[in-house]
Amino acid sequence: MAKLLHMPEVSANATHAAIQNWTLKEGDTISAGDCIAEIETEKALVELAAEEDAVLGKILVEPGREVEVGAPIGVLFARGETDVDIAALLAKAGALAAANEPVVDDAPVLQPRAEVTPAIDAHSGRIFASPLARRLAAAKGLDLASLKGSGPNGRIVKRDVEAVAVAAAVAAPTPVSTVDFDEIPHSSMRKTIARRLVESKATVPHFYLDVECRMEPLLALREQVNRTAARKISINDFIVKAAAVALQQVPAMNVTWTETALRRYHQADVCVAVSTESGLITPVVRNADSKALSQISAQVAELAGRARDGRLRPEEYQGGSFTISNLGMFGVEQFSAIINPPHAAILAVGATQQKPVVENGELKVGAVLRCTLSVDHRAVDGALAAQWLAVFKGLMENPLGMLI
Amino acid sequence: MSEMKFDLIVVGGGPGGYVAAIRASQLGLRTALVEKAQLGGVCLNWGCIPTKALLRSADVLRLIGSAGSFGIEVGPARPDLKAIVKRSRDVAAQLHRGVSGLMKKHRVQVFNGHARLDGPQRLKVSGEQGELSLNAPHIILATGARARVLPGMEPDGKHFWSYRQALVPDSVPKRLVIIGGGAIGIEFASFYHALGAQVSVVEMAERILPVEDHEVSAHVAQALVRDGIRLYTGCALQGSKVEQGAVQLRLEGNSNETLQADVVLVAAGIVGNVEELGLEGTGVKVQHTHVLVDEFCRTGEPGVYAIGDLAGAPWLAHKASHEAVICVEKIAGQNPHPLDPRSVPACTYSHPQVASVGYTEAQARSAGKTLKVGKFPFAANGKAIAMGATEGFVKVVFDADSGELLGAHMVGEEVTEMIQGYTIARGLETTEAELIESILPHPTMSEAMHEAVLAAYERALHC
Repeated sequence: MAKLLHMPEVSANATHAAIQNWTLKEGDTISAGDCIAEIETEKALVELAAEEDAVLGKILVEPGREVEVGAPIGVLFARGETDVDIAALLAKAGALAAANEPVVDDAPVLQPRAEVTPAIDAHSGRIFASPLARRLAAAKGLDLASLKGSGPNGRIVKRDVEAVAVAAAVAAPTPVSTVDFDEIPHSSMRKTIARRLVESKATVPHFYLDVECRMEPLLALREQVNRTAARKISINDFIVKAAAVALQQVPAMNVTWTETALRRYHQADVCVAVSTESGLITPVVRNADSKALSQISAQVAELAGRARDGRLRPEEYQGGSFTISNLGMFGVEQFSAIINPPHAAILAVGATQQKPVVENGELKVGAVLRCTLSVDHRAVDGALAAQWLAVFKGLMENPLGMLI
Repeated sequence: MSEMKFDLIVVGGGPGGYVAAIRASQLGLRTALVEKAQLGGVCLNWGCIPTKALLRSADVLRLIGSAGSFGIEVGPARPDLKAIVKRSRDVAAQLHRGVSGLMKKHRVQVFNGHARLDGPQRLKVSGEQGELSLNAPHIILATGARARVLPGMEPDGKHFWSYRQALVPDSVPKRLVIIGGGAIGIEFASFYHALGAQVSVVEMAERILPVEDHEVSAHVAQALVRDGIRLYTGCALQGSKVEQGAVQLRLEGNSNETLQADVVLVAAGIVGNVEELGLEGTGVKVQHTHVLVDEFCRTGEPGVYAIGDLAGAPWLAHKASHEAVICVEKIAGQNPHPLDPRSVPACTYSHPQVASVGYTEAQARSAGKTLKVGKFPFAANGKAIAMGATEGFVKVVFDADSGELLGAHMVGEEVTEMIQGYTIARGLETTEAELIESILPHPTMSEAMHEAVLAAYERALHC
């Protein structure tokens, strides 16, 4: 019987998702487990795997178009089925949208079913594992996502962890070493950071632009504001604001690259890199251009605090098109950062320093901030990035401009 | 001789066999069941259920006896043995009819008679209506077990009883000696003691309930002795003779006494019903009266399976039923999981009751595990005090490294109804963290289950 294929909830709390590309075309035969399409999320590409044998009868959503989670994206025919009234099927789905489809299992009784069912829910990404399995896996440094579950509905249970641990123990030769070291198992956060940064540096063509901003007006304004402000505004808060305003003024810079289209955003959501004990995370300040400095300051402090406690919700660190990484507080003068995919750019901010500057042919001492912009060349060309950087520099040097 | 064809045939209608038949029918298999005696098997007709009915009468008698401590004045209570036994038989009869109804509902064709294998995929059934031949690619043997008979002590209904005679006594023996301090022996000891018999229990092992945790055994032994039951542990039987209407039992071991008994109840284990099944010449292997099976109850003969008591320890109805489901689902092409013997709970309905699941403390230690052990007495539980049920305790054993709940052991009122909490916890593979986070209702005796977990991690609140 023909069935509708629905957009799965590939990342937690996402209400929409887009098909990056269909790996099969209409009429192709599908076996259970085959990848039908790749679905794009902010964090990664997720494969949509077939749950059973079928034929890809009809594609309803072309690549790149965002649709609601749960919306029909295609029609699966049973093998050998030809005469399917898709319109009727869709109408029925509309009528039954709220009700769950009954699972029709008409497999003959004495036929073996598939041996292994996945432990990861294709819709929510949740890994089903018993508490004991989770603790044993953590103790052995095993990534749950790499395990196959043998419990009910593919739940990972103790025996699955032990089976892998035994196999690993047999496979691993006894290390022979005279050098003392401690081996710290990777946390899943560390692994994610490693994977994403390798992916970024290896697949995103970076180029870098350097700029110096004179900081006297901004420092003077900040001093003035902080004299009366309930909450102290940091230089970084100004930088977040300036970057967001610049993104609104140069909208061609407020983009992310996808394989099929350039995605241009309407709002300026700026991420701020926060260093925590377990690694780096980038909480996002949404609509930063239209927020007051005091709001930005409060929000960044609150997000960073919860980031350090590991208590950010996914929607608080997913999204955005632009990252700011500031190492100024460590006295770093200048550095260049790796782009945080799928963002198109990251701004590396150094420390404000007293430096010799030439002003009207005269040598003076000035307060100077050095910033380096790393840009994804697929999405943004050099001239455009330079134009954005000039706007940013202008806002930093005439800070009232970002407040108007 | 006619031959009838089925997808699956079950031999034996006990808690293993009839559950297998129901599950098979649910999975769309055309199913038959052959039973030579009564549907429901020993469990329902001569075991679990009728003994519970008897013990309930003993509980009521005991409760009335202690009515004064609850501020209720009653006259002396007198047990009516005939009525007690009748009630027990009525309960069994009601459930027996229930199983017949279930077979009809699930369209399981029931044949009355004795079945034996008669070549591949074939059973010959001989019953009152003569012989007939049944054919099926899958045959599950679930013929159960019976009480072990000790030489010279064959049940005669007069001086020597098996559980069978003990369930339908005409009178309460004055002096009852029970051979065997396992679950069955101790349950009958509680019952006959409550009805006024002078009860002695002889056990070969060094303690009664030898498969339970040593603290459980010790506590129950103390409670039984306090009530006036005599325990002879670490004792073997040297010999017996009947003299002047009484049995003389000579013991050897920790005691060399000669016990005088009006009736001797033999509850010294069971043997599998492997005879007359036509196993000779097949690939079915029998060891110590039990059929050897793999994790999915397959015997050495293709298409022949064995479940329940026939397939070995633990000899528990719920183990038989679980094996039935595993066996049938495997046959039907599903992916059931093998039974984990450490997750099979065990209950003894003595006074006090005993319930346990998983490793005892000693088993866990000899398995080389580092342990966290917690214990909480019902004497420190508010509901237990209010109920006048402060006897007993809850003990839990955790793996210190992983937090796995290795085992749980309980003694006290209605603990048999509570052990399921720990069984589910083990099944879900919870660690101490989830158990500690769980909220148990107040006031209940089950709070002691939470406190025992807390105690294992040195954070019990009320002890």
